Parts: sequence; C-alpha cells; structure tokens
Amino acid sequence: MKNIVIVIWLTFVGLSVSAQENKNKNAKYTTEVNGNCEQCQKRIQKAAYSVPGVKSATWNIETHQLSVIINEEKCSMADVKKAIAKVGHDTDGMKATKEDYDKLHSCCQYDRL
Amino acid sequence: MKTRTILLLLLLLVSFGVYSQDTLREIKVQSKKKGLQKSYTLTGNTTLVTKKELLKAACCNLAESFETNPTIDVNFSDALTGTKQIKMLGLTSPYLMMTQENVPSVRGASQAYGLSFTPGPWIESIQITKGAGSVVNGFESISGQINTELVKPLTDVPILLNVYGSTDSRFELNANLNAKLSDKWATSLLLHGNIRDSKMDKNEDGFLDNPLQKQINVLNRYQYYNAETGWVSFINFQFMDDTKQMGQFDFNPDTDKGTTNSWGSEIDTKKIDVSTKIGYVFKDKPYQSIGFQNAFSSYNQDSYFGLNGYNIKQNSFYSNLIFNSIIDNDKNKFATGLNFTYDDYSEFVNTTDYSRIDNTMGAFFEYTYDNHDDFSLILGGRIDYGNRLGVFATPRLHLKYNPWEKGVLRASVGRGKRPANIFAENQALFASSRTFDIINSGGKLYGLDPEIAWNYGISFMQGFQLFNRNADVTVDFYRTNFQNQIVVDIMESPQSVIFHNLDGASFANSFQLEFNYELAKHLELRTAYKYYDIKTDYLSGKYQRPLQAAHRFFGNLGYETHILDKGQQWKFDFTYNWIGEQQLPYTASNPVDYQLPEHSPAYSLMNAQITRVFSSTFEVYVGGENIGNYTQSPAIVDSQNPFGPNFDATILYAPVFGQMYYAGLRFKIK
Repeated sequence: MKNIVIVIWLTFVGLSVSAQENKNKNAKYTTEVNGNCEQCQKRIQKAAYSVPGVKSATWNIETHQLSVIINEEKCSMADVKKAIAKVGHDTDGMKATKEDYDKLHSCCQYDRL
Repeated sequence: MKTRTILLLLLLLVSFGVYSQDTLREIKVQSKKKGLQKSYTLTGNTTLVTKKELLKAACCNLAESFETNPTIDVNFSDALTGTKQIKMLGLTSPYLMMTQENVPSVRGASQAYGLSFTPGPWIESIQITKGAGSVVNGFESISGQINTELVKPLTDVPILLNVYGSTDSRFELNANLNAKLSDKWATSLLLHGNIRDSKMDKNEDGFLDNPLQKQINVLNRYQYYNAETGWVSFINFQFMDDTKQMGQFDFNPDTDKGTTNSWGSEIDTKKIDVSTKIGYVFKDKPYQSIGFQNAFSSYNQDSYFGLNGYNIKQNSFYSNLIFNSIIDNDKNKFATGLNFTYDDYSEFVNTTDYSRIDNTMGAFFEYTYDNHDDFSLILGGRIDYGNRLGVFATPRLHLKYNPWEKGVLRASVGRGKRPANIFAENQALFASSRTFDIINSGGKLYGLDPEIAWNYGISFMQGFQLFNRNADVTVDFYRTNFQNQIVVDIMESPQSVIFHNLDGASFANSFQLEFNYELAKHLELRTAYKYYDIKTDYLSGKYQRPLQAAHRFFGNLGYETHILDKGQQWKFDFTYNWIGEQQLPYTASNPVDYQLPEHSPAYSLMNAQITRVFSSTFEVYVGGENIGNYTQSPAIVDSQNPFGPNFDATILYAPVFGQMYYAGLRFKIK
C-alpha cells in the first residue's frame, strides 16, 4: 500500500513536472555573474552565445546582471551557467574552477567570495 | 522669471507635466557628450550630429546645419535664391537619400529647396552615413544617407523659444511646445516663422544680394508609447508656406511680372505632410518587432525666373512595412519588408507639360551579422518594380572590422538607381538666358534613362592619446562610378544647358583625411583635408565637374568654459574653410567682357559664434559668417542686360553677400 502511494505520488509529481516543462521558446532569465570590465563582458557574452539555444545575452558591467533569452527546447539556464563558469566567471549557483579563474587576464580577476 | 513663465503658459494655453528625474538625468549625460560622435562599433560609416553640435552655429534650417561638419560640404546654389546646397563625396544632394525619421523627405519636386524647410530648432539629431547606405528605405541613395530625427514630444523640454536676427535683415521666431496628454500620449506643436523684407544690394550690380522671403512652418505631432503592451506610434501633421522674391532691385511683381521692365523672380511653395508610424515590439521577444510607416505629402511650387515659368506639383504617398527579428540568436539579425511609393507630378516648364505618374513597389531583405566583438557586416538586397524604371535589383554590403583597440576598418559597396527630376533639381539654371535642351534618347524620363551608379568605399579610423589627450585620425576613400548619368551639360555653350544620357565615363573619387584633437581641456580642434577628382565626359570633352573644388580644407576650433552651478557657461566656436580652384562653366564663346576664366580663384571663409549661457533656461548667442568678407565679383554675368543673350546668374562659386553678423536668444522651460 505504501509503495502504491509512493508510485501514485511519484507519477503525480512526475506529471506535474512535465506539465511545468511546457518548454518556453523565449524564456527570460536574469542572473548574477561576477566580473569587472569590458573584456569580461565580451567573454561572458561570448560564452553564453556559445550555448545553442541562447538567443540574446547582455551582461551589465555595473550591476553584474546577465540577462538572457533562451529557447528551453534547446538548452537550460544551467547549461548557460556552466559555459560561463568554464571561461572563469562565477555565476549565481555555479562557480568556476580555480584553474579556469587563474586563466583570466589579471585585470579581469574579480574578487571571489 | 516666474511671472513670465506663468504668462507664457497662459498665452500659449499649453499644459505640461513635470518631467521625471530620468529625463533630467538623461539631458545631463548628453551635455558631456561630444557634438559629433563617430562610432567604433557601428557597421556603417556613420557620424552622429547631436543637438549640442547644432547649437555651435545658428543653423536656421537643415541646409545650414552642416557648417561645422567636415563630412558635408555646404555650397551656394545660385546668386538669386540664396539657397544653400549640400554635397557629400562631391556629389549634390539628389545623390543622397534624405530621410526624416526614416521616411524619405527631400525628394522629387522638393530637391532644390527641401532642406530649408526643416527649421533648425526642430532637429534633435542627424545621422550621416557615407557610402551605399541601407536598402530598407529604398534604392535611390548613391553617395550616402542623411537621416534627421526631430525633437520628440515625450522627451523634449516643454517650451523652447528662439529669436534670431541678422545684419542681412533676416528675422526668425521659433517656438517648440511639448505637452504630456496622458501617461502614454504626448504632443508637440512646433512653430517657425522667418522673414526678410528689406532689399539689399551691396555689390551694386542692380540685383538683390539675398531674396526677400517669408516662411511659415507648423508641425503638430503626437507620440504614443506603451511599454507594457509594446505599442509605439507617431502621427505628424505639417504645413509650410514659403515665398521668395529675387531679381533686380526695382522689380515689382505686381507691375513687372512677365514683362521686360525689369528682371525678377518669385518662388511660392506650399507643402502639406501627414505621416503615421506604428510599431509593435513582441511581448517576451524584445528582439522582434514590426513597423508600419505611411506618409502622404503634397508639394506645390509656383515660380518664374524672368520670362521662364516653372510650376511643379507633387502629390505622393509612401508606405513601408518592416519586420525585424533574429535567426538563431541576436548575432544574426534581419529586417525584411515591403515599400510602396506613388508620385503624381504635374510639371510645366513654360507651356510644356511634363506631367507624369511614377510608382514603385519593392521588397527588401537585410541581414546583419555582429559577433559583438570585432566584426560585423550588413548585407542587403532589394527587388523593385517601377512603372518607368522596370524591374531591378539593388545589392548593398557594409563591413566593419576592429583589428586592434580604437581602430576601425570599414568597407562598403552598393548600387543605386534613380529617376532624375531634371528641371526640379536644376531649376536654379532658369536664372539665365540659357535654353534648356534635352537630347531625347527614347528613355522614359523626359526621353532620358534612369541614373545608375555603383559606390565603393573604404575607411580607417584610429583613436589614440597624444600628450595625454584624445585624438583620432580618419582616412577614407570613396569612388562613385556612374553606369548612366543625366549629364547637366553647361560646358557646351553659355547660352544653353543640355541634358543628355552619359556617353563615356563619369566618376567621382573622394579622399578625406580627418584629424581631431583635444588641444587642452574643453578646447577641441577638428580638421579635414578633402580631395575630389570628379570627371565626366561632356559633349565637348572630359572636364572636372564645374563649380566643385578639387581641394578643400576644413578647420573648426571649439572652446567651452566649465559649467557653473546654475548652468552658466561661455562657448566659443570658430570655423575655417579653404576652397580651392573650381572649374567654371564654359563661357569662351561669349563677348570678351562676359567671359570668365576657366577656373575660379581659391578663397577662404570664416565663421564664428559666441554663446553665453546665463542659466539652464536662458542663453544668448552672437555670431558672424564670412568674417573675411570674401565675395565673388561679378556675381552675375552681364547683370546690366538681364534679357540679353549673355545674362547668367547661375555661375556662383563664392558668397555674393559679404560679412554677416547675427544675434539671438534661446529661452527654455524645463
């Protein structure tokens, strides 16, 4: 009985998850990305655009906010964060490795938390 | 000041809202910017002329607003009408596409005087693009594109008053009134009037040095902006009435018109424009939008030049539908759409009727690639059908590459095609004893073919620091190659002008070297050397284009004091132009007294202006033009016998009027 409840519950949750995943072709996200300068801006945006499905990516130097529009049928926000972390920039919820951070130009080495 | 404000408000019956902090902050930022802005990132070779630059000279109208700018040459069109003509890459304005807020404006019948129908205080900014230009607005541009943005009801100051007076007895009054009607609607009422009603003949040739003139110009516009739904709109209504009287000092139109008592000329123009723009930015897709523009205009010019009568009326309708979006991501943008143009001309040269209807229809596609870093390109193409132009394609390409920091390399190539409105564009020539002849070659436009040209350009700009101050240097080279041109042949005989299809070659090479430097804090130097090699095969041989200097030098020095707390400031501006020798039209078959040399002498012109800003609401300016007092002598060939065979008031290579000084004031309420 317990198992049945779990199965039903799982099915229900599963269904609601898939229902929620009615994928948006123009999903807008804003996330914090750490960086300093114009060079960082180019690098961050370039990394975001390297992910298939990213339609637009703008990183604001002052506010450190990255605004993106993505096609969720092709990628997720996690993919975007992963790509940005890979070029050395910490994002909200996904940090760059020390190796990748160290590869940044000295003027781009932002203060890590 | 406060009572004056209230009085004005009552008088003008205009209510206006208090402007938000955002707007004020925006204005502050702009005042720090440069007057002329050249971009390191734009794909096209575009210079942005800001409001700040326009205030450097008391530019009474659009034609006069390019005097502090090296990209555009301001010329004198004829000794009579006083209308200034502009050139880019050595080619006159018919080869430029002129747009007002991206709707083609100075075209067809208004080609000769249209630039003087946009008052200076109405202008917010001007974008000047050298070379082929975009395909979105049409196929006619050959040497470049000039787009004028007018002040916007939502963002302009509520009240601006400008009063101007000059020693050539011209007076001007401008009032810009802006009001917010609701949080989404705003309106502007722009009023302009100018008058010159006293006769002057300083060179004592019996002819007025400047025309008597009157202009009333009214524009009422509405702007709608809704950030939530994404809808934006503009609706414009404009009415203009312009009259000019020129000719001999004693000429009285009431008794002398159509007679040989004395020589005179009048040009009366009335213009009505109604235009609408609707734009929609897709919800959740800020990169996708759709725009629909419609413009109706009616232009009616009645004129005569001595015994030559010239009347032209043009009713036209222009429509443009544009869809903007991206492919995959916003590194790959595109714009596509349709244009439709309908022009109904009724044109009479004396009693000959050249009335006609022109219409064109076309589809365009423009692709923009921008890697958001060092490379971008714009590839555009369009296919059009015209009732008298046939079916044809217009390809255009612009490239931009930043090889290193502050370095920009640009290249462009493109084709342009246009029907020449031979009389409207060359009506200044009626002020002579010349006969007008067309060598009919069976074409569909006055018996002539459309003009077709290719334009190629390359440009390099480098910004750098010199003694810790900003400097930049730009080199560009453009070539226009005419496949067909309507040659305005004044090299054959001083008694005729012959219009014919190009037989042989015609090209315009233009080289420009520009150097800008901040000499000291708030002291800016702008210099340019320009070399034009413009040659055409005329019936009698190959000549440099007449009335076009091969060498020109331009220099501008601007100094501003630091802005004090209440906005007090001094501004000084000085412009120097050196204009080299110019090929003159052929006059060797005239009697010796009425012959001109083959080339005009070189000369220089100086303009200066001083502005005193007393506060953010009030400023006064004084200035002078042609301070060196250089004038052309004689200005008119055989001015004593205006009805004789040698009379010609069209060979103008320098100013007719000498020194001119002006003063004015601007009053604005924020």
